[in-house]
Amino acid sequence: MIPVEFRGFAWRHAGRRAQAVADVDLRVEPGERVLLLGPSGSGKSTLLAALAGLLTEDSGEQDGDVLIAGLPAAEQRDRVGILFQDPETQLVMARSGDDVAFGLENQAVPRDQIWPRVHEALAAVGFPYGPDRATHALSGGEQQRLALAGVLARRPDLILLDEPTANLDPEGAQDVREALRSALAESQATLIVVEHRVAEILDLVDRVIALGPGGTLLADGPAAAVLAEHGDHLAAQGVWVPGVPLPTRPARAAGDPALRGDALAYVHPGADRPALDDVFFELRQGELLAVTGSNGSGKSTLALLAGGLAKPTRGAATVPGEPRPLHKLPARRLATRVGSVFQDPEHQFVTASVRDELAFGPRQAGWPKDRIEARVAELLERLRLAPLADANPHTLSGGEARRLSVAGALAAAPGVLLLDEPTFGQDRRTWGELVDLTADIRDEGTALLAVTHDRDFAAALAGRELVLERGRVAQERRR
Amino acid sequence: MSLTLAPVCDAQAPIARVNPVAKLAAATVISITALVAADWLTPLLLLAALIAAVPFTGIRIAELARRLRWLWFAAAAVVIVNAVFAAEQTGRILIDFGPLTISTGALLDGTAIGLRVCVAATAGVLGFATTDPTDLADALTQQLRAPARFTLGALAALRLLPLLGAEWQQITGARRARGLEGGWNPVRRVRLFASTMFALLVGAIRRAGRLAAAMDARGFDSEIPRTHAREQRMRPADWVVLAGALLVCGAAIGVSAAYGVFTVFN
Repeated sequence: MIPVEFRGFAWRHAGRRAQAVADVDLRVEPGERVLLLGPSGSGKSTLLAALAGLLTEDSGEQDGDVLIAGLPAAEQRDRVGILFQDPETQLVMARSGDDVAFGLENQAVPRDQIWPRVHEALAAVGFPYGPDRATHALSGGEQQRLALAGVLARRPDLILLDEPTANLDPEGAQDVREALRSALAESQATLIVVEHRVAEILDLVDRVIALGPGGTLLADGPAAAVLAEHGDHLAAQGVWVPGVPLPTRPARAAGDPALRGDALAYVHPGADRPALDDVFFELRQGELLAVTGSNGSGKSTLALLAGGLAKPTRGAATVPGEPRPLHKLPARRLATRVGSVFQDPEHQFVTASVRDELAFGPRQAGWPKDRIEARVAELLERLRLAPLADANPHTLSGGEARRLSVAGALAAAPGVLLLDEPTFGQDRRTWGELVDLTADIRDEGTALLAVTHDRDFAAALAGRELVLERGRVAQERRR
Repeated sequence: MSLTLAPVCDAQAPIARVNPVAKLAAATVISITALVAADWLTPLLLLAALIAAVPFTGIRIAELARRLRWLWFAAAAVVIVNAVFAAEQTGRILIDFGPLTISTGALLDGTAIGLRVCVAATAGVLGFATTDPTDLADALTQQLRAPARFTLGALAALRLLPLLGAEWQQITGARRARGLEGGWNPVRRVRLFASTMFALLVGAIRRAGRLAAAMDARGFDSEIPRTHAREQRMRPADWVVLAGALLVCGAAIGVSAAYGVFTVFN
């Protein structure tokens, strides 16, 4: 139980002109449980990194003080534990128990005390396996619980959580929240958590601090009071405030068939069971088909096969008017038939400017110059990318990059668009923009297939839902 | 695509349980002996000893053969190249076909070189296939005083390797979706390969940065001397293995000297 204080704190990342945060004055009392809210760019992660002592002198320029129990945060590293978003880049060791022990070895805990503390921490997060379990064999939710055990084993007096469930599927996120709940109930530590999805974490905190752009203080107080008073404003800023209704965009009647999957099956080389087995589906113009299911159910494999990006072990995906199955089409022709938008937009950027990115597909397809120019101008306007036309795609914000990857996939006018987790990790404002954008594309007659964990996204847009389980269609329902 | 370096043996097999540093030393002694000897008998005896040790490693024969096939293929190539292109063909002529001449002397010399490659490769594969990388890192840090920043950094990087395979497929798929594909044009293929490699590298560096931050947040960069959750030290059995390796090397040299063929590579 230690107090935390920012005094006139400001931070500028090396190589940036603007400060990430400026003039932050905050005090968190010993044992308080604080939720830190704010839109992208409000500097939440910078504040957590400052508390964890990770802002080193060579990484930027600091003003003011960050004090933990009265001492500079950089000197209090041993009393602070931080859990990041991405479980994959937090685990160090090949064996689960070794990974928890890693933090204790760094603290110079004697060997005979290490293993009891490892077992205690693994039990505290409800880790379902023994200490020899290979870390690469764990699911995302299990890895994140293991990373939490690694934090708890060091017995920190201040625990920092940086969007701990943002990279997980709903089941994994639920398990991590359960683990947090029980672990925090037994701990006296001061807690500061950054999370967009407020509803799920509200019972863990007793105070909410809302930040505006650049770390300015918007609101501070008991959770219920802050959300009641500033809920609408925070929602507009991108926070998922519970109780603020979400938009829905119901579909009109679907048109002609646009994409078929026949008996699609896929077996990974060396795997003992198929990732996808005997899946049939039909996608029509002007509708959105949501493909749902837990991790490992074959959703992403289905998107790859439906997009002609992998060769099915059996079966085929076809579009009307094209005699060959999609996986046999040359890439430049495929792009005019089916567009695919991947979860990580950056994987799909192949040029150095937004304008070239939009012109790329049509150029590959051999369109005449004036038609390409007209198409690029239209897309820039429609997807509100015109002011960014000459920017490098890799410098865009998360929401902009997502819009560009959708626009790029649409550029060569395919009749079908496949989306893999389009709303993953987005704040509420970007989410709303994506729902509107997707609905507009659908209502122009494009056939859409969206692989998603996001129940709200499916509810807002989908006419039908295909539920996969262990590589097979478990259910097909009309919404 | 899968890239892992996990051991492929029964973890309870006698050689699998030997201290990694002892194994490393034994494999080094045998490889050096094979490389120093220039005759054909010494490496042959060493190879026989290594093969005799296989049942104690707990490696499945099929797995071992899979790992060794390219190395043995390389060794065979070494034999042929050295026999055909030997500086002088001595002894009885075996093959004389136009410009192609192979004599017994050259074939024997070539075989000796090929056998040496075989011994070094087999010793290395046996050592690594029976050693858990974590144990090796522990042993290097604790016994040879290798810096933890190096050994644990390498371990952490090793853990991220399989992700690269998956990411490669992601990037390739994402680019095909954009209309970008090598096809049959070799120039385009090479350029696409280079740009995919670059994208992979950018992602890997980003991940490495995040991992380094997570490691430091758990005190990896603190100045305190680390303790070790698992102790690695030389037990009597490990000394026995090391002594055994030395004995085998001595015996191989002794036998080939007694047989009158031992020479030193120069």
